[in-house]
Amino acid sequence: MLRYLKRNPSLAVGIFLLAILVVFIAVGMLLTDPEDARPLSVPALRRPSWAFPFGTDRQGRDLFAAMVVGTPLTLRIGFIAGILGVTIGTILAFVAGFYRGAVDTIIRGIADIGLTVPGLLILIIIAVSVRGGLTVNQMALVVASLAWLNPTRTIRSQVLTLRERGYVEVARLSGMNGPEIIFFEMIPNLLPYLGATLVNAVSAAILASIGLEVLGLGPLEAPTLGMTLYWVNFNAAIINGWWWWWTAPIAIVLLVFLGLFFMTVGLDEIANPRLRRSV
Amino acid sequence: MRLLYIARRFAVFLLIVWLAASLNFFLPRLSGQDPVRTKLLAEAQLGGYVQAGIEDMVKEYNQKFGLDKPLWRQYLTYVGDTTRLDFNYSISNYPRTVRDLIAEALPWTIGLLGLTTLFSFAIGTFLGALLAWPGAPRWMRYVMPPLWALHAIPFFLLGLILMYLFAFQLRLLPIFGGYSPGAAPAFNISFVLDVIAHATLPALSIVLVATGGWALGMRGMMVTTMGEDYVTFAEAKGLKVSTIFLRYCVRNAILPQTTALALALGQILSGAVLVEVIFGYPGIGALLFQAIRENDHFLIQGIVFTVIVALGFTTFILDVLYPWLDPRISYQRS
Repeated sequence: MLRYLKRNPSLAVGIFLLAILVVFIAVGMLLTDPEDARPLSVPALRRPSWAFPFGTDRQGRDLFAAMVVGTPLTLRIGFIAGILGVTIGTILAFVAGFYRGAVDTIIRGIADIGLTVPGLLILIIIAVSVRGGLTVNQMALVVASLAWLNPTRTIRSQVLTLRERGYVEVARLSGMNGPEIIFFEMIPNLLPYLGATLVNAVSAAILASIGLEVLGLGPLEAPTLGMTLYWVNFNAAIINGWWWWWTAPIAIVLLVFLGLFFMTVGLDEIANPRLRRSV
Repeated sequence: MRLLYIARRFAVFLLIVWLAASLNFFLPRLSGQDPVRTKLLAEAQLGGYVQAGIEDMVKEYNQKFGLDKPLWRQYLTYVGDTTRLDFNYSISNYPRTVRDLIAEALPWTIGLLGLTTLFSFAIGTFLGALLAWPGAPRWMRYVMPPLWALHAIPFFLLGLILMYLFAFQLRLLPIFGGYSPGAAPAFNISFVLDVIAHATLPALSIVLVATGGWALGMRGMMVTTMGEDYVTFAEAKGLKVSTIFLRYCVRNAILPQTTALALALGQILSGAVLVEVIFGYPGIGALLFQAIRENDHFLIQGIVFTVIVALGFTTFILDVLYPWLDPRISYQRS
């Protein structure tokens, strides 16, 4: 494992960055009271100090507690939406790519048209329509409603090339039926690719959720990273010079995106070894 | 054949327009109650001069989309209005129509995003092509990793950081808006310079993030192209290195990039909503943010519809032009 990571530095960097995040959350949970992430629980607008390592915001949240509570919430949105998206996408991709026919035309058509339409706008319309306070889980479902489009298309094209491979042909000739071929022959070979797609989908879902939240369509009660950035923008924290308010959430969001990005690059290398020869 | 191809592409465009309009109509009604009606009634109860106008809107709205009408009739009315680009009045800026507000914001967004997209495409493609080339200068090895890392960051996050550094700390550039408050929009040097100064930070945050993506795509295509037999053949013939690089490799590798460029140009209206929000740039994104804040459903629907239609239209143009760029693709159905 360690020796492999040496050959695949991108994956190592990705895992390392995400590990920092996990350690931060775990240690933070021990050190802080999650209740301090609520408004009016600590004095407002304090600079970072021993009592408040990340300072406090204008509504009286301890930003350290807000980060410790909020980071897992943001990650949860990403993982729920990403896993739902990739699961639905994989099922649709196999139905379309393996069985072909009219179903394929319909699924591909929907995915293609859906992908040309800017996702954030559709999500905005959905979020505005179900207004009245989204919870974190509802937020994840809203994001998931579009998260299956990209996986469907990319996995489908992989299925199309896989089904022409020799071993699939052999399996078919030896009398395996469709689902058996899919589960025992094709999915095991696609696993690294599915992994890379999942990491990608999680990253896209987090980006979409943060986008909605910064626009003010997120769960107003929850201290997710996007909501903290919304309050930063709402209170013009940059112009007012309250630098500690936005440095922590930005640093954590950067860590999340960079970690996931390096992980996709690393997983891509496993899924597609031909990439190795360049750079 | 060619006409049939164009007709089929146009049908797809119409389909997208129709889907956008339907989405706007049905999604808000899914929750059982009509949030537009709720908002309008709430506004009308406030009273005052502007509210007299809002009351007229309620009357008209009820007449068109009243509960006594069957759903299909409301739907037909809605689709009819939308195709005439009649999005009703803006609730939050009452005497103004949604169409006017959008028309005012469009040039700002198209200017900012159009230029930054083309600019980052040019730089990124160039860097990517050079990077795949064995004879590329050494320093490129050090430029690319940071650009790729930046590529993983959302535009607006970089925007916040740049805003703090250049506008707040160094006070080099204006922090907010599309032009200085009080400056009258006119075509003279000082106003144009003012606009450029205000656009620099938003533009920079987009270009820095987007360039890495273009470079990554171009490098991948170059690596594939350079493995082709005709490149080996060109080398064997002893052609000049620059000819092989430009005519044999770049010319072919750039085709998928142009497709991506056209798609990116289609996304320009929605691509940087958050950047505009952060910088208070007076484009479509900031307008959308204001509409969401004020719960102005007509404005939100109008913007979403406009953006989707613009996108469908760009895709249509691209589909028509593409066979001309890449002669291997014909207008005929494969």
